[in-house]
Amino acid sequence: MTALLATERLEAFYGASQILHGIDLAIAPGETVALVGRNGMGKTTLLRSLMGLVPTRRGRVAWRGRDIVAAKPEDMARAGIAFVPEGRGIFGSLDVVENLVMAARPRRDGRPGWNLERVFALFPRLRERRRNGGHQLSGGEQQMLTIGRALMTNPDLVLVDEATEGLAPMVAQAIWRTLAAIRQDGIATLVVDKDVASLSGFADRILIMVKGEIVWSGTPAALRAEPAILDRHLGV
Amino acid sequence: MDLVTFGVQLLNAVQYGLVLFLVASGLTLVFGILGVINLAHGAFYMLGAYTAFWLAAATGSFWIALVGGVAIAFVVGMLMEDVFVRRLYGRDHLAQVLLSFALILILDEVRLHLFGKDVHSVAPPDFLQGSIQLTDTLSYPVYRLAVCLFCLLVALAIFAVLRWTKIGMVVRAGAENREMVRALGISFDRVSRYVFAVGIALAALAGIVVAPISTVYPGMGDGMLILSFVVVVLGGIGSVAGAAIGALAVGLTDTFGKVFFPAFSSVSVYLVMALILLWRPNGILGRREV
Repeated sequence: MTALLATERLEAFYGASQILHGIDLAIAPGETVALVGRNGMGKTTLLRSLMGLVPTRRGRVAWRGRDIVAAKPEDMARAGIAFVPEGRGIFGSLDVVENLVMAARPRRDGRPGWNLERVFALFPRLRERRRNGGHQLSGGEQQMLTIGRALMTNPDLVLVDEATEGLAPMVAQAIWRTLAAIRQDGIATLVVDKDVASLSGFADRILIMVKGEIVWSGTPAALRAEPAILDRHLGV
Repeated sequence: MDLVTFGVQLLNAVQYGLVLFLVASGLTLVFGILGVINLAHGAFYMLGAYTAFWLAAATGSFWIALVGGVAIAFVVGMLMEDVFVRRLYGRDHLAQVLLSFALILILDEVRLHLFGKDVHSVAPPDFLQGSIQLTDTLSYPVYRLAVCLFCLLVALAIFAVLRWTKIGMVVRAGAENREMVRALGISFDRVSRYVFAVGIALAALAGIVVAPISTVYPGMGDGMLILSFVVVVLGGIGSVAGAAIGALAVGLTDTFGKVFFPAFSSVSVYLVMALILLWRPNGILGRREV
């Protein structure tokens, strides 16, 4: 089976400094992959690079087997990748409905997909706040809106950076339940977060990133069997 | 100052502010969404006025001059974006200032060859000529009232498009976070061209409607450019609503500054700008940098 998204020796640069040192990665359709690592290891850069937001990327990036290393962000999005950035990137001067509607795109196969009603069903809170401006929302509501906005593009893969950072435990739980629901819908996700325990609860695979390289990859069960790995790469 | 005189000055201030808004709204959108500082924006205001003079002289109709001038400016704006401005996206401000300053010089030369350097006047349409008698000694030109009304309608149209259309949403979102808009699959290639061309057309439109009031002269774009930048900074970069508030603030300050504090009239606008920026460093409706 062809991977949905695959990279070979992916390198990314900010100016002269190299952040990613040859990432080999493959995400299967519908697969949930967790990406963990300490701060400054290049997780955000990897996500941004996959989205086409880092100007210089080298190596190979393939979407459904087609080479797209030179693609721009809008091309990546239209191909079926959605991005939930750290800091969320909500449009504060647009209200909740506008934030969602402006991103709307039908499913590529023509079948009924995500729309305003389905997003409101997933996040009833957003329906209550539908006419509020983006800047009036709480952190948790913003994160719901960002995920909802990503779903409105009817993606095959969602990249989620810092899924629950800065959110209260109750709100974080709601976000985890949402990501599990997205998984049920057959959408692949690549999720970055610090909460390895919660990630292990629903991810198919966990990747550990150190200094711009992926140093370990395996199932949550395999990671639990080797606590030393976690200690070495994530412990403080 | 009696009430009638005050009313007349108020009308002048509002009319000035509305014209300024037409110029500044394009400037703030081009700055906010395309990320380009366009110093040549004022030159299009001047060219709009000259084109209107030329068309009005050739056809005898102010309305043909108005529609034709705006249409020509829109097409020129599309071409300019394609040939020049497109190359400035993502470049540093120095490159933008150099290129757009070069455009000022080139457009000025174009104006010299096409229209010469004489000062001209444009007659308002027949039915808008004449004045309304307010008191025995005071009257107000009908055309100025019409300019007020017309600019107000254009401003409302701008807000309606921004508020209720999908392209308006994209434009507002792009002013906040261009990268995120692209990551949602929306390309700025076409949006940028239209935003730039509409901005240029609005500047030209302002030049055209002002032509019958202020005469048409070579340097008329320069002062307008500087005041437009004041408006953009006052209102908050990229905010059209901010530009509206800023433009009215500048119009009121300038007009009443000349009436009440004639000695300070040349600095009053900048004084107010400095005070407002002390209070709100990112402009009245500017968002805080994160």
